[in-house]
Amino acid sequence: MSTDQLPSQDVETPGTPEAETGRDTADVSVASQRQLIWWRFRRHKLAMAGLWVMIAMYVVTVFAGFFAPFSKDTTSADHAYQPPQLPSFSFSEGFYVHPTTGSTDPETLARVFEEDTSRVVNLGFFVRGDEYSLLGVIDTNIHLFGPTEAGERFYLLGADRTGGDLLSKIIYGAQISLSLGLAGVAISLVLGLVLGGISGYFGGWIDSVIQRIIELIMSIPTLPLWLGLAAAIPPQWGPTRTYFMITIILSLLGWTSLARVIRGRLLQTRTEDYVLAAKLDGVHTRRIISRHMLPSFLSHIIATVSLAVPAMILAETSLSFLGLGLRAPAVSWGVLLQDAQSVQVVATAPWLLLPGLAVVVAVVAFNFVGDGLRDSADPYGRKTT
Amino acid sequence: MSWRRRNLERDAAREIAAATVDDDRPMDPGALLELQNLCTTFHTDEGAVHAVDDVSLRIRRGSTTCIVGESGSGKSATARSIIQVVDHPGRVDSGRVLYRPSPDGAVVDLAALDATGPGIRSIRGRDIGLVFQEPMSSLSPVHTIGDQIGELLELHERLSPSAARERVIDDLRRVGIPRPEERFGAYTFQLSGGMRQRAMIAMALVCRPSLLIADEPTTALDVTTQAQILDLLAELKQSLGMTLMFITHDLGVVAEIADDVVVMRHGKVVEQGPVDQIFHDPQHEYTQELLAALPQRGAVTVTEPEPAAAEPERPLLRIEDLEMTFEAAAGTLFGRRRTERVNAVDKVTLDIPEGSTVGLVGESGCGKTTLGRCVLRAYRPTAGKLLYSGADGRVTDLARLSEKELLPYRRQVRMVFQDPYGSLNPRMTVRQVIGEPLRVAGLASGSELDGRVEAMLERVGLKRAMAGRYPHAFSGGERQRIGIARALITEPRLVVADEAVSALDVSVRTQILELLAELQGDLGLTYLFISHDLSVVERICDQVAVMYFGVMVEQGPAEQVFADPQHGYTRALLSAVPVADPRERGTRSRVAYEPEPVA
Repeated sequence: MSTDQLPSQDVETPGTPEAETGRDTADVSVASQRQLIWWRFRRHKLAMAGLWVMIAMYVVTVFAGFFAPFSKDTTSADHAYQPPQLPSFSFSEGFYVHPTTGSTDPETLARVFEEDTSRVVNLGFFVRGDEYSLLGVIDTNIHLFGPTEAGERFYLLGADRTGGDLLSKIIYGAQISLSLGLAGVAISLVLGLVLGGISGYFGGWIDSVIQRIIELIMSIPTLPLWLGLAAAIPPQWGPTRTYFMITIILSLLGWTSLARVIRGRLLQTRTEDYVLAAKLDGVHTRRIISRHMLPSFLSHIIATVSLAVPAMILAETSLSFLGLGLRAPAVSWGVLLQDAQSVQVVATAPWLLLPGLAVVVAVVAFNFVGDGLRDSADPYGRKTT
Repeated sequence: MSWRRRNLERDAAREIAAATVDDDRPMDPGALLELQNLCTTFHTDEGAVHAVDDVSLRIRRGSTTCIVGESGSGKSATARSIIQVVDHPGRVDSGRVLYRPSPDGAVVDLAALDATGPGIRSIRGRDIGLVFQEPMSSLSPVHTIGDQIGELLELHERLSPSAARERVIDDLRRVGIPRPEERFGAYTFQLSGGMRQRAMIAMALVCRPSLLIADEPTTALDVTTQAQILDLLAELKQSLGMTLMFITHDLGVVAEIADDVVVMRHGKVVEQGPVDQIFHDPQHEYTQELLAALPQRGAVTVTEPEPAAAEPERPLLRIEDLEMTFEAAAGTLFGRRRTERVNAVDKVTLDIPEGSTVGLVGESGCGKTTLGRCVLRAYRPTAGKLLYSGADGRVTDLARLSEKELLPYRRQVRMVFQDPYGSLNPRMTVRQVIGEPLRVAGLASGSELDGRVEAMLERVGLKRAMAGRYPHAFSGGERQRIGIARALITEPRLVVADEAVSALDVSVRTQILELLAELQGDLGLTYLFISHDLSVVERICDQVAVMYFGVMVEQGPAEQVFADPQHGYTRALLSAVPVADPRERGTRSRVAYEPEPVA
């Protein structure tokens, strides 16, 4: 006996907008689709958490110079592979750490650090340190947190091979890693909208050709293809040009799934009764697409996009990690992870894996938001449990 | 394998023994099933929805009990609670489901069993069978019919596969599936809707249950198929000595088959009693309302004033030899492609006189919707003419106009859709939806447009203030009013209503039909009313046209077609419509229509 749980139309199921949003019927009845989606999204706790993490990450990224204690280029040979330092607190000194001097053990070749407990490095908020320009226009040297004396060193998350502060590097690296995700998806979206739109709207042989191309692109193993394309970037190009090339390469390969989603939505929406109704209202094609069809699947596109961004971030990280994407002195999470390639380094300086944690947090936050959006994009759909 | 099965059986027996009730509130000896204060609640984040609210009812052994109610009345939830297959957030909260499998046997409280335990599983399918509304989705598409039915026998009766096969084929034959040996290996999609429902019934009956619960088993079927399935159920019930619990919203069906009737509303039982009493002496006012809303096909001859007395010399729209052919690509993946041509509408000629209501009836797939859409020029007809007489007396052939030339006619020929949910864009407010045709034509804008939209809302019985709302804030009936307002905002002359009331509950349906009739009188509208529901068509139409497989088989004035049908198919169709009066039961013989093979 099949005990399939058919959607029973007879029961007042909790799929009504009222139940989903927890608002009065009066509010809900004049609420636009966008408001309904937002109300539902807000009830999605994980997605809201993801959204806050995402906002926090982008704020830190935009004001990277302010949030990072040091500039990404300052190094200190004395502090190569300095382990993370935990600030101490005393009422007389405020936050402080003891300065260290590093040396290489002549027998084991391991780095040893000696704490000089007689001296302190005072730490404070809104301190003056390395020069940077905020948003590229305001030149300043104020940092949120750091040593009060300019020139002192302090490593909250440890140091890398050159003695650069890992925390600062992760923050600066986010500039490239996070923006590349957005830029790549933006280009992908344009490509996907155009090609998916053409494919879905015209149908017929055009549709077939585009779909076959998409399948072809999807069937090529991505990593070797990225590698091939990335290897074609001339090594003498500067970081900015490389950055743009990498973005374009990633989005040229990443538009396929977006195009498919858009085509599918278009095909589905095309058969809706209200589209026929609009046609019978005498609405011309362009308006049918832009006013009647597009709004109804816009939220789904946004959800798909927010799920595509982490894929881009991961792709950039993998490329740079393999040394084929961006290269030092450019700083991205992938570039930072390059240092953690050898097992030996990971064993002696495990904090070099922290950029990986940043990638994980960013990707998870994006995925939560995307999932939440996808669930709430359709206020009439029943929640899948 | 066998020890596991033995364990399971032992567990099931133990669980059922634990749920056996000592008679503190004794069960009626003649009853097979008795619900006592059953409550099923859907626990959502927003609080509890009481789908089944303190329901007590009794099903006599050997009877057919119909549970009637409109959508949302909790009738399906009640049936599902009995065997504990309520949809996800729902749970049986309190109350008892007393079940006595044999007349002198012990009474088991099914509600006390664990919903996923072996006890209830041994009862589902074996003692209580279930038939769902939509056979396509309740049968697995990846297993053959025979395997699915046979699985039950292997589970419950431990038959060997070959013995199970014999039984299944026997049962398939019993439910009237021709060539059961071949159909044993058929997949769901290879069967027609009626055949699927027969297979579903065979599946529910294969273990010879003492109770069969049929949840709207005929709602998705055509009226002639419905008649066959109802006959089949009645006959099987006789021959197998079953008790039948039949859930439906269709009072006509109830009158045809029920012994007892339970009327439900908002999760509560409002009235129960023998079918004759319910229909002829209803006690509760809700039952009276339901019956009053019922179109009495054949029972009372409605004498409505006929405004269209004199036939005007030229009809508003003359459909001449209209043909619509669809090309469908068939063939296998690697086989040769061939295009199959489907004649959805085949040389149909029909006059639609001005000011009249022309009904177009037929079963699903007969081409009535295609014809309607050709009239609207949503499709471009393959051949034939659509001669439309304009207000100034000029005749235009709509079939050959280009999209641009059509624009003025798009405002004169309008459509009301079937689905009140899908036909309104959820992203637009009611004001935008209704005003759209005027806005794109540049006929009105700003406050003038708003004024016209609001006046139209009032005209269809809604409030002006509702214009700012989105469609999701309206009930099905209200949405259909919005759909009508959208059709009428352009002051059309011809309105094509494609199954405009089919998706609505009976009481709402009556209101919408009344609204349509009133608007016709006031605005001088002409309707092309497409419907599969003959009672509705008989009630409101002046002319009736019957279609069968794309061909118009009969047309004429409504009374004439209904009183004296000429074509065999019309006769079959009419005889299949259930009459909503239990006293008329059995007075008519069913006519079956077998079309002569077309050369």
